[in-house]
Amino acid sequence: MRIFSPTRHKGKSKRFSYALFVLRKNPLFMFGLAVIFLMVLASLFPSYITPFPGDAQYEIHFEQKLKPPSLKHFFGTDHMGRDIFTRVVFGSRMSIKIALIVIFFSLAIGVPFGLVAGFFGGKIDEIIMRMSDMLLAFPPLLLPMAITAALGPSIMNMMIAIAISWFPWYVRLIRGQVLSLKEELYVESARSIGAGRTRIIMRHIFPNCISPVIVQASMDMGYAILTAASLSFIGLGARPPTVEWGLMVTTSRAHFLDFWWTSTFPGLAIFISVLGFNLVGDGLRDVLDPKLRA
Amino acid sequence: MVVLVVYGVSVITFLLSRVIPGNPVMMWVGAKPRKEQIEWATKELGLDKPLVVQYLVYVKNLAKGDLGVSLRTKRNVSDDLSRCYAATFELVAVAMVLTFLVGIPMGIISATHKNSFVDHINRAVSISGVAMPIFWLGMLLQLILHGQLRLAPLQGRIGSEIIANHPIAMKTGFYLVDSLITGNWPALWSALSHILLPAITLSFASLAVITRISRSCMLEVLGEDYIQTSRAYGVSEKIINYKYALKNALIPTVTVIGLDMGLLLGGSFIVESIFDWPGLGRYAVLSIITKDFPGIMGTTVLYALVYVSVNLLVDFLYFFIDPRIKIPTAKN
Repeated sequence: MRIFSPTRHKGKSKRFSYALFVLRKNPLFMFGLAVIFLMVLASLFPSYITPFPGDAQYEIHFEQKLKPPSLKHFFGTDHMGRDIFTRVVFGSRMSIKIALIVIFFSLAIGVPFGLVAGFFGGKIDEIIMRMSDMLLAFPPLLLPMAITAALGPSIMNMMIAIAISWFPWYVRLIRGQVLSLKEELYVESARSIGAGRTRIIMRHIFPNCISPVIVQASMDMGYAILTAASLSFIGLGARPPTVEWGLMVTTSRAHFLDFWWTSTFPGLAIFISVLGFNLVGDGLRDVLDPKLRA
Repeated sequence: MVVLVVYGVSVITFLLSRVIPGNPVMMWVGAKPRKEQIEWATKELGLDKPLVVQYLVYVKNLAKGDLGVSLRTKRNVSDDLSRCYAATFELVAVAMVLTFLVGIPMGIISATHKNSFVDHINRAVSISGVAMPIFWLGMLLQLILHGQLRLAPLQGRIGSEIIANHPIAMKTGFYLVDSLITGNWPALWSALSHILLPAITLSFASLAVITRISRSCMLEVLGEDYIQTSRAYGVSEKIINYKYALKNALIPTVTVIGLDMGLLLGGSFIVESIFDWPGLGRYAVLSIITKDFPGIMGTTVLYALVYVSVNLLVDFLYFFIDPRIKIPTAKN
């Protein structure tokens, strides 16, 4: 059994290196991390790992259409003769982009609102919470669907729509944290020596809020990919010939029963990537706050 | 507070409906309209009045139950929705039953037999269930159970030979109930086999959540002092599990019903599209694709109201189940 020996990490924070140790020993977390790592690699250098990089852009080869998986085409070809493996790899680029942008906007809007609501309380808190409640009154997929439909189907509108629907969760999360941290002794002592409000928020409260946010955000990246794929599946979001996994599943639906590989592999890619983010989020939660462990 | 939320929902949906690009007047009159037709349509749709007045008209109609006229079907949206809601209600109800009937026992067994085979299967389901794209699961089930094994029908709510030979008398609008109470066994069988795949697909994600929650609740309760005490007194393990622990473990599980409902409602759009289920979800998706904004807004309002009501119901339920909680009075 591997034992944690802090002497090897002299000079670094013991808590941090213990956290890394725990994470390294968690097989599911390592698997999730590997998945994310592969995804990032695939999105950064897609042309180098795919045999037919042109297929992800505009090349079509009707003479090769609907071929089953083989050594030449690992995932087979779709109804336009394009190599599915190549398109799946290129699709990871779009998915990572969507995940990052959606989470960025959700945090950029949600965190400040949450901090303000929790710290100042009173009327401002009431207003912010009521606004969040209104947005949270819609079941999960509905609001992004409606907003994307209203703004017009495109990837950017889809990302905006998902961010608008999701930021209230972060407002709630941060607000809850701030409320409980507000009464801490160090906040009171900071205030008593005359620290300004901004300094108290940014220097004392905010850094202690971020652990649940990190956990939630890492899992939400996976859910962002899932939601985006679902919206593209319905027809909002990515339009052909953009390479996006949800779009690939829906355009292949007509042939799916007879040619199973056309929709299976993009869907599998979605599943594995969301799984990866979920496992990483779970692992981080175990390390950052074991009390939340289910 | 609920009133405020409902008000907010109406404002949001109204704003959304006015943001939609693609002039609704043009969609109403069709191709190559004459000038008089455009003017008439503008007045008819009430779009010549200022925005605030339009909103008040919208709310007034909402209160009456008038959701406008669908641009796609040219019928009242409320009529369309009342036609569709039974199918969705049936699907969501069956999915919910599946979730609780399978999920809770699985979670309990997983907790009482920790690290056993069932526990591992359970954890695999919990982790993969929330990560699984619903449309992918549905398509895979269609592929395997219909395409390869011919065990379940591909889509639709009932077989066409049933409609021809054994038509169901429409008493409640729910095929399962109606065929049961009229003794129409071929129809019942067909309805059951048709609802099987959609319900499984829809319930998978919420099953994962319920299993996980009930497992963790059960584990938490089993670690409590009073359970240890019962064990020390020699009470058998079985009685401890099912008589003492179970009831207390179920309380937090109830609170997840609201979240669950959200998952089911959200999933209904996709599941109904894949399985060609004639319900609200499919209506919503068709409205979106054809840019039928009264249809979109009508279904959005309906879904949001249902979601809010269910959450409210769950909150009330919670007060009744947990004797420790008191409804906040003016004093507290």
